[in-house]
Amino acid sequence: MEALIGAGVSPGVGFGPARRLLGSVPPPPPDARHDGDAVAARHVALAALEHVAADLAARGAIAGGEISAVLNAEALMARDPALADKVTDLIDEGLAPALAVHRAFGAYRDMLAAAGGYLGARVADLDDIRDRAVALLMGLPQPGVPLRAVEPYVLIARDLAPADTAVLTPDVVAAFVTEEGGPTSHTAILARALGVPAVVACLGATEVPDGTPLLVDGASGIVRLAPPADVVAEAGKRSLERAAALRRARGPGMTKDGHKVPLLANVGGPADLQAAMAYGAEGVGLLRTEFLFLDRRSAPSVDEQERAYREILGAFPGGQVVVRTLDAGADKPLAFLPHAEQPNPALGVRGLRVFHDAPEVLTDQLTALARARQGTEGRLKVMAPMIATGAEAAWFAGMCSAAGLPDAGAMIEIPAAALRAREIAAHAGFLSIGTNDLAQYLFAADRQVGALAGLLSPWQPALLDLVASAAGTGRPTGVCGEAAADPALACVLVGLGITSLSMTAPALPAVRAALAGHTVRQCRAAAAAARAATTPSEAQTAARRHLPDLADLGL
Amino acid sequence: MPERKVIVKSEVGLHARPAATFVQTAAKAPIEVTLAKADGEPVNAKSILSVLALDVRQGEVIVIRAEGEGSDQLLDDLAAIAAAP
Repeated sequence: MEALIGAGVSPGVGFGPARRLLGSVPPPPPDARHDGDAVAARHVALAALEHVAADLAARGAIAGGEISAVLNAEALMARDPALADKVTDLIDEGLAPALAVHRAFGAYRDMLAAAGGYLGARVADLDDIRDRAVALLMGLPQPGVPLRAVEPYVLIARDLAPADTAVLTPDVVAAFVTEEGGPTSHTAILARALGVPAVVACLGATEVPDGTPLLVDGASGIVRLAPPADVVAEAGKRSLERAAALRRARGPGMTKDGHKVPLLANVGGPADLQAAMAYGAEGVGLLRTEFLFLDRRSAPSVDEQERAYREILGAFPGGQVVVRTLDAGADKPLAFLPHAEQPNPALGVRGLRVFHDAPEVLTDQLTALARARQGTEGRLKVMAPMIATGAEAAWFAGMCSAAGLPDAGAMIEIPAAALRAREIAAHAGFLSIGTNDLAQYLFAADRQVGALAGLLSPWQPALLDLVASAAGTGRPTGVCGEAAADPALACVLVGLGITSLSMTAPALPAVRAALAGHTVRQCRAAAAAARAATTPSEAQTAARRHLPDLADLGL
Repeated sequence: MPERKVIVKSEVGLHARPAATFVQTAAKAPIEVTLAKADGEPVNAKSILSVLALDVRQGEVIVIRAEGEGSDQLLDDLAAIAAAP
């Protein structure tokens, strides 16, 4: 049995046929002509359409129900006699089969698009059929993310973009495997949000032929090609056990020996609240406030902000809500904030630094937060991003205090702040470690560059050293990066002295179960073992040796 | 030429599932069948794209025409599909 190995970034086991994601099918060259044999060209073009139709109809027959009706309608379109007449006419004019098919669809496409409504929505179906037929005629692989499938498939790609995956659901995708990407890549974040296993940085993944059965372990990073039935059955059994174990883990986060670790959700806007509550978040550990500020000409008013904050506070009566003040800068410029071109946006004026010379927008935000806090039961806390020194923490605490907000904290994302956390903590009620940015600055490795993903593993012992340093101040210290969403690493973080964990909501059950399965002592032993290692994978293996329940949970 | 005039009853008009059923039934017949709106140009009733493009809504009158062997039965079947709520 062959296997590929990458980095497991979303735990769980998935099994299904490989489906490679390919870019859009390019239109045929506009001057493509057939070789003079119109009869043969016609035959080739119509055979391609029939092939697409038969494939759609066959999938529809197996799928049944609503999906069947949709696929049958698409098959009917591919077999449309009026379309075939148009193709034939165009080929008789000398056009090559692929071009003739492309043009013939074009006429109907424009008609449907102009109609809008239900018909307008059929344009996507028509494009899908066209691209399938054109790809077939040009000898290209079949395009796009398959949105419907008879059985869930393993999506293979170089890397995934938000547009590729916005429409995917766990009943369609069994697992993700990408050739590039790291633990904080879009693929990893999306997979955890969907609760789908994922392996990234998996060399050779895009060479796997379509349809190969794949067994993907999103914890170990192992992808088995065409595994024997008993191996699949065993994995399936473990997957069910895991689901049952996750369902059993309920209530507030705590270790096996009763040490409480509040489990919180990262929230990017009101739309995330429902998931946060559904997965049992005890509060919000990171409220990103950019949603209020992006894509507008002027800053939102104090009233508008107050309403938004109140809604979120109201969702967690009695629970804590940690608000991160606006994190803007050269990498995400806003029209109403001063900004200049900077050679290194990630190292430029961003986060809290934006407000040193022009604090008005921050003052308004803090005022709105202070008002929202009045008369709500939620425990509102405020923290600033990109704090580097104790002086900056003191300045921010002063701003908060002036606005009437007593509980001001600091994010630890800069190595200097982690190393001298005590100086920050002298002016902060709590600390919150953003492991994604902290890793980027620690390793001088841009998060956006796939080739550097190995350096950005949250298991890097050097990163764990910094977390340990930041966690030793005596102040409550949480982690709100992707590291917290990894069940094994969550135990390690608790072992390092972290007091709360905040993550994307669907990751909460697995982390809750992992903590409930181990004592603080085991977590500490795992943390010490991880820090004693020299590479991320050694750290992971060493830590897991002290966390025996993870394997039982299938995590 | 034999024809049937029918008021489309389906809430979605002659779209989605009713359109597919209509076209599939027409396509099985060995004779030509056309579909038109009350005062419009007829289109090939075996072409789903042409039928969809007619954009027939609930309450609209359509005219179905066919000539040849079995045309009466076919027209009755198609009329029933179009008139089904």
